[in-house]
Amino acid sequence: MASITDFTPNEMMTIAASRALSNDDVCFVGIGAPSAACNVARLTHAPDITLIYESGTIGTAPDVLPLSIGDGELCETALTTVSVPEMFRYWLQGGRISIGFLGAAQLDRFGNINTTVIGDYNKPKVRLPGGGGAPEIATSCRQVFITMKQATRGMVEKIDFYTSFGHGEGGDHRRRLGIATQGPTLLITDLALWKPDPETKEFTVVSLHPGVTRSQVQDTCGWTVRFAERVEETPPPTELELTTLRELQARTERAHGGKKGS
Amino acid sequence: MAQFQSLQEAVRDNLRDGDTVAFEGFTHLIPHAAAHEAIRQGRRDLTLIRMTPDIIYDQMIGMGLAKKVVFSYAGNPGVGLLRRMRDAIENGWPRSIETVEHSHAAMANAYEAGAAGLPCAVFRGYRGAGLKDVNPEIRSVTCPFTGEELAAVPAHRPDVAFIHAQKASRRGDVLVEGIIGVQKEAVLASKRAVVTVEEIVDDFDDLHPNLCVLPHWTITSVAHVPGGAHPSYTHGYYERDNAAYLEWDKVSADRDLFMQWMKTNVLEKAPDVFAERVKGL
Repeated sequence: MASITDFTPNEMMTIAASRALSNDDVCFVGIGAPSAACNVARLTHAPDITLIYESGTIGTAPDVLPLSIGDGELCETALTTVSVPEMFRYWLQGGRISIGFLGAAQLDRFGNINTTVIGDYNKPKVRLPGGGGAPEIATSCRQVFITMKQATRGMVEKIDFYTSFGHGEGGDHRRRLGIATQGPTLLITDLALWKPDPETKEFTVVSLHPGVTRSQVQDTCGWTVRFAERVEETPPPTELELTTLRELQARTERAHGGKKGS
Repeated sequence: MAQFQSLQEAVRDNLRDGDTVAFEGFTHLIPHAAAHEAIRQGRRDLTLIRMTPDIIYDQMIGMGLAKKVVFSYAGNPGVGLLRRMRDAIENGWPRSIETVEHSHAAMANAYEAGAAGLPCAVFRGYRGAGLKDVNPEIRSVTCPFTGEELAAVPAHRPDVAFIHAQKASRRGDVLVEGIIGVQKEAVLASKRAVVTVEEIVDDFDDLHPNLCVLPHWTITSVAHVPGGAHPSYTHGYYERDNAAYLEWDKVSADRDLFMQWMKTNVLEKAPDVFAERVKGL
């Protein structure tokens, strides 16, 4: 039996992210922490949430976390599976998705994401996988949630490449580019919950996870952190949440031979 | 009209040095056996198009077949990076390659435009994104009715497409089911299309009419290669070999280990080994 006083920062991040999802959401799911969070939500408080993976599976309900966005179980448990052009044209571009859930290699305070290159694009220090579906997920889903493990290397003053546009330079930058959707509305890290300031759109800490101090958040973040006037404490994982997550990961590990899929 | 050929003949007749080629399959149904045959036949200077280059392009790039790659996600799905592709981009090994990078939405739309006979694809994309500053093929058009600015990319028009599918009928009609990805569009956008299949059946008379079927007259060549998607998977036949994807991360991390692996597992083998590889999956 899982103990609710004994959980890792990663588990707290995944569970805090799962809580942000509701039964009515139609969620475009990325692999990794987003996939774990979405499935914990489905297995706990949001049994009717619609999960969509970019491989074309709509309303999928996998028993284990997929290793890739196109694992067979996603298709077998989906309500329907459509072609990839249809997925991007009708469902994503058509405005049918309420939440896009993204991870980042580099992130700035305005929710702009880089998963393309570290260094110069034409002479990269590190060539990362690139955007995949993310550039359009970031602008076509009604809202975007971001998960990120805090580290000064990842949470940076200036990202090297704009793979996915968040709030740009802040303020009304999205509107000025003709983007009608809300963009990043929530950042869930292993230490805190962050929301954009209503005016400047800079991510601001609104809740610290249990036992986390303000200086821990600042020490693992590459920009000067702003804290909301009132900072809450994130409720610790419930026994149900923690057990659900751990059982999901144990099933996943057994299924993929040691790889967690998260 | 579809011809039934061995995979060796199908690759020999349809893939030429310098061709623009798409080996498609979205995680599912990736035509590994066909890619290995192309490597064995030593094609040169290929322009490779693919949404997620995956292990097969990592192998083709690592063996020096590619001069250019058009892609939208250069990862080993669920595992990490494509180390041979990175080595070519970062260090020019075994040769430098040109890259043209898009988003998935752009690639899917570009295939669809190719299939539809249009010169370009128009979609609502790339807003605020950095790719449009580094890829001159990403441009914009203004909607003549609303004035909205939209992204435009050129249609994909490969010389040849390779896909893997569940079944072909004796006439050469092809059935694709499960995660169908972008394969139908890739076939219809290409001048020639080669399909490897798990099984050849008499006819499709008992199939549901809404299944994804490519008529025989859209296919150039069909080759019977059971297990031909391994370590990717074929829905209804065998599962994804996740352990092989994890192993590739180690093999591809080292140039010598990679060359040795290619020699043992590709160069010295033939397409018939694939059936053996999926036993027990």
